Amino acid sequence: MTSTSLEAAHLVVPTSRDEAVKAFGDGSDVTVFGGGTILMPEINYGRLKPARVLMLGSAELSGIGSNGSGLTIGAMTTVAELEDAPEPLGSAARNVADHEVRAQATLGGNLCAPSGGGTPRGDLQAALIALAATVTTAGKDGERSELVEDFIAAGADGRLVLEVELHEPKRSGYAAARRPHAHAYTILAVCAAETSEGVRVGISGAGANALRARHVEDAFSGGASVEDAAQKVVDDAQPHDDALASAWYRQRLLPVLVRRALDDLGGSQ
Amino acid sequence: MRLTVNGEEHELHSPPLTSLLAALREELDITSPKAGCNQGGCGACTVLVDGEARRSCLVPLAAIDGASITTVEGLGAVDDLSAVQAAFDEHYAAQCGFCTSGFVMAATALIDRKPKAGREEILEALSGHVCRCTGYVKIVAAVEAAAKGDVHPEQVEPSFEPEEAEVLIPGSPA
Repeated sequence: MTSTSLEAAHLVVPTSRDEAVKAFGDGSDVTVFGGGTILMPEINYGRLKPARVLMLGSAELSGIGSNGSGLTIGAMTTVAELEDAPEPLGSAARNVADHEVRAQATLGGNLCAPSGGGTPRGDLQAALIALAATVTTAGKDGERSELVEDFIAAGADGRLVLEVELHEPKRSGYAAARRPHAHAYTILAVCAAETSEGVRVGISGAGANALRARHVEDAFSGGASVEDAAQKVVDDAQPHDDALASAWYRQRLLPVLVRRALDDLGGSQ
Repeated sequence: MRLTVNGEEHELHSPPLTSLLAALREELDITSPKAGCNQGGCGACTVLVDGEARRSCLVPLAAIDGASITTVEGLGAVDDLSAVQAAFDEHYAAQCGFCTSGFVMAATALIDRKPKAGREEILEALSGHVCRCTGYVKIVAAVEAAAKGDVHPEQVEPSFEPEEAEVLIPGSPA
């Protein structure tokens, strides 16, 4: 639903989590405004003229809390605040844009980020997949918590991200293609972590959203060498062409980055 | 919507989803923040919001009601430059100049939060402002000098006297 001008936008500013959930409802006619790094370009260029906007800045959804065995991270926590989060989340956060954008972009926005011009966004997703993080959202059927990869598979439509919960892994690994500029989207990044359920591997840049490399995980936990396990990634990902890199290039780079991430995992033992 | 801009209070009338950049430039006629890309990628619109560097094109007025904004206009005057401004002058750190406001504000914020910022931290803090001209060597040198306090504002010769502003480029309309 769109209105004709910015003047007509109706802003809703909840001051608590409960108010935010109530105002979101089933999400059918509301534009959620977190940090603004994705929405503002759309608004500035007139591509988005939202009718009803849920401004989450005062909804008390930011901050990192420790509950003994794990961390609970609010949806409005900025990417900058995650730079020192448990690995590989910290590395993924530091690899996002530059200081000013990281200080504004949020965890919730990163989880809901649509691809931009055909290029995947949402760098934190792969790290959260590797960490077996769960995300709590609200929507039509109330609140629910699920693994990040299940949330991504189901799609963010109609869901308001409230918080993410994760546990510090036993070991972690991270490898990414070097970005040509601070504001270039990530070409490819691979996150690995050893959780209580074994080694998990998440990949950014090889699909519209981050994905879990189950073939790599199965080979690795089955005793394959790092080199052999890394080659299995071609069964997990079907890279695409975009302005940053060709599918051909990604196809060849991906096993290299998986190998580096798994080596990094070994190194941090 | 109220904002304090460079120490002066303003009541703004732009719609609440207007970017801070558009409000500064078009409603308040404060033009040091540049509208390069309007999508957070070029860094030329960077200003301080409550002391922290922000892309003004990515900040809607609705998110900053009551905030204090600093732009280059609020840093210093021609005969009283801030340390970063003086360092940029001494090191001849302007390139084409379009990015300069953003670099100056990002460097000001960096030195404010990390007074002894080293070269690596400076490169990281300036990384989002790099566009496509030259090599940025003089900009980095200027910020390193400002971070070390190796600046000599008293030696800066004002090269532009406001009262001489009538001198125009030959052939330009009066």
